[in-house]
Amino acid sequence: MLDFPIYLDNNATTPVDPRVLEAMIPYFTKFFGNAASRNHAFGWKGEEAVDYAREQVAALIGADPKEIIFTSGATESNNLAIKGVFEMYAQKGNHIITVETEHKAVLDTCKHLEKLGAEVTYLKTDIQGLITPEQVEAAIRPTTVLISIMYANNEIGVIQPVKEIAALAKKHGVLFHTDATQAVGKIPVDVIADGIDLLSLTAHKMYGPKGVGALYVRRKNPRVKVTSQMDGGGHERGMRSGTLNVTGIVGLGKACEICKTDMEADTARISKMRDRLEKELLTMEEAYVNGSVEHRLPHITNISFKYVEGEGLMMGIKNLAVSSGSACTSASLEPSYVLKALGLDDELAHSSLRFGLSRFTTEEEIDYAIEHVRDAVLKLREMSPLWEMFKEGIDLKSIVWAEH
Amino acid sequence: MAYSEKVIDHYQNPRNIGTLDKSKKNVGTGLVGAPECGDVMRLQIEVDEETGIIKDAKFKTFGCGSAIASSSLATEWLKGKSVNEALTIDNMDIVEELALPPVKIHCSVLAEDAIKTAINDYRVKNGLEPIEDTKKHY
Repeated sequence: MLDFPIYLDNNATTPVDPRVLEAMIPYFTKFFGNAASRNHAFGWKGEEAVDYAREQVAALIGADPKEIIFTSGATESNNLAIKGVFEMYAQKGNHIITVETEHKAVLDTCKHLEKLGAEVTYLKTDIQGLITPEQVEAAIRPTTVLISIMYANNEIGVIQPVKEIAALAKKHGVLFHTDATQAVGKIPVDVIADGIDLLSLTAHKMYGPKGVGALYVRRKNPRVKVTSQMDGGGHERGMRSGTLNVTGIVGLGKACEICKTDMEADTARISKMRDRLEKELLTMEEAYVNGSVEHRLPHITNISFKYVEGEGLMMGIKNLAVSSGSACTSASLEPSYVLKALGLDDELAHSSLRFGLSRFTTEEEIDYAIEHVRDAVLKLREMSPLWEMFKEGIDLKSIVWAEH
Repeated sequence: MAYSEKVIDHYQNPRNIGTLDKSKKNVGTGLVGAPECGDVMRLQIEVDEETGIIKDAKFKTFGCGSAIASSSLATEWLKGKSVNEALTIDNMDIVEELALPPVKIHCSVLAEDAIKTAINDYRVKNGLEPIEDTKKHY
C-alpha cells in the first residue's frame, strides 16, 4: 500500500527517525533542565545528555567531543565558521576562497564579508560540478585566511575532492572549512583523515529534528579559533552563546549514532534504488543526469528532461514530492544558479528534477515514481512546441526568440 | 502555492492541443517566449476566409501549469470569434478567469502576445498591415 504523497525530496529535509524521536521525548517534559544550571539535578541531567550527544556527533565524524559546537543548524554553522575565522584571523589577511555552487548560507556570508573588506574568490566548477585541487592552489594568496568548499552539493550531490584540497590548504597554512550538510551521515566523513579544520553539519538532513546543528572546530594541529557571532552567556567554549537546545541536541546525537551504525546498509539499499530510478528514467529520449555520477552521494539524482518545463512536470506528478531547478519554483524567476554554474543551458536547468531518497524510501515508491514521471514527461512533450521542433530536426538555437 | 481548480482542469484536460498547417494562407501562427525563460507558447488560428471567423485554434506550450492553462483557455476563447474580436482579448481576462496569482501574470501576458502574434501573422499573409501592439508589456 502506497501512502501519498510520496516524499522524494530528502535533500531538502528528512523525516525524523522514530528512534530519534523516542530519544528526544523525555527531554521535553521530564528532563527539561537548562544544561548550564550547575547547581541542581535538572541541570546536571541536561548537561549529561548534551555531553553524550557531543560524543555521538564527534564519533560520526572522527572528532574529539570537545571540538563540537552546537548551533541552530548548518546556516548558523557556516556563518560562524566563515565570519568567525575572518574576524579572528584579520591580522593575517582578508582573502577567502569558495566555489560558485556553494549553498547560499556560504555565498551570502561571503558577499556580506566583501562589504566589510573581504576579498573572495569564487571558483568555477567544470560541467560535472567538480573543482580541482589545482584550481584551489592557484587561487591561494599570502592573504588567504580561509578555503570554504562544500563536501557534497545539495542540488546535484556531487562530492568535491575534499581531502586533496584540505592537504593543499594545510601546506599553505590556510584554514579549511567544509559545509558537509549533505554528506555527514550519508557517506564516511572523517575530520582527521580528511584534514578538515572546520565542518558544518545539521540534524534535519540525517533524520534528526530541524533547528539544531553543529560546527566542528579543530583543537589541535592547528588549534582553530572563531570569533563568536552572538554575545551572551559564553556557552560552547565562548564560541556560541545561547541556552543549549537540549532536546534538539539529544536528537542530533541519536541521529548521528544511527547514521554511524546503519550507514553501510542504508547506502547499499538506497543507492541501488537510486540507480534503478535513474536508469529507468534515462531510457527516455533526451533525458540527462546533471553533475558527476562518479563522485556523487548515494541517495540523489538530478535529471533534466529536455523540452519539458520542471514546474509543469511537477504538477503532473502531484503525488510525488520532488524539487526542480526550474525558475518557476522560485520567486526570482531565475533557474537554479547551481545548474547554471555547471554551464548548463538555462533551458536544461528549467527542465530538471531532483530526486532525493531516504532510508524510508521503498521499492514500491520507486516503481510509482518511474511510471508516473515517465507518463508526465511523455504527456507534456506531446504538448511542447519545442519537442515538436526537435522532432522535426529544427535547431532551437537557430531561432530568434522574443525575449520577455 | 496551490493552483486554482480551473488551472488544474486545463492542465489535466488541455483544450485544442495540436498543430495547424502553417503554410496555409488562412492560418496564423504565433510563437512567443523563449526556452531559456522557461516558457514557449505556440498558438495558431485558422480563419474562415468567407466570414472572417476563427474556425479553429490550436496550441502547444512549454512551461508551467499556468502557462499551459493560459494558452489552453486562449484557444477556447478564440474559436468562433472574428479576428477583430479576438484582438480584444486582454491578459487580465485570463488572469481573472484562471485566478492566477501575481507571480503567474506573465503567463497570461504571454498568451495575449501569442494571440496578437498569430493574428498579425495571418494579417501579413493576407496583405494587411500588422496591428501595432499599443500595450507594451516589456
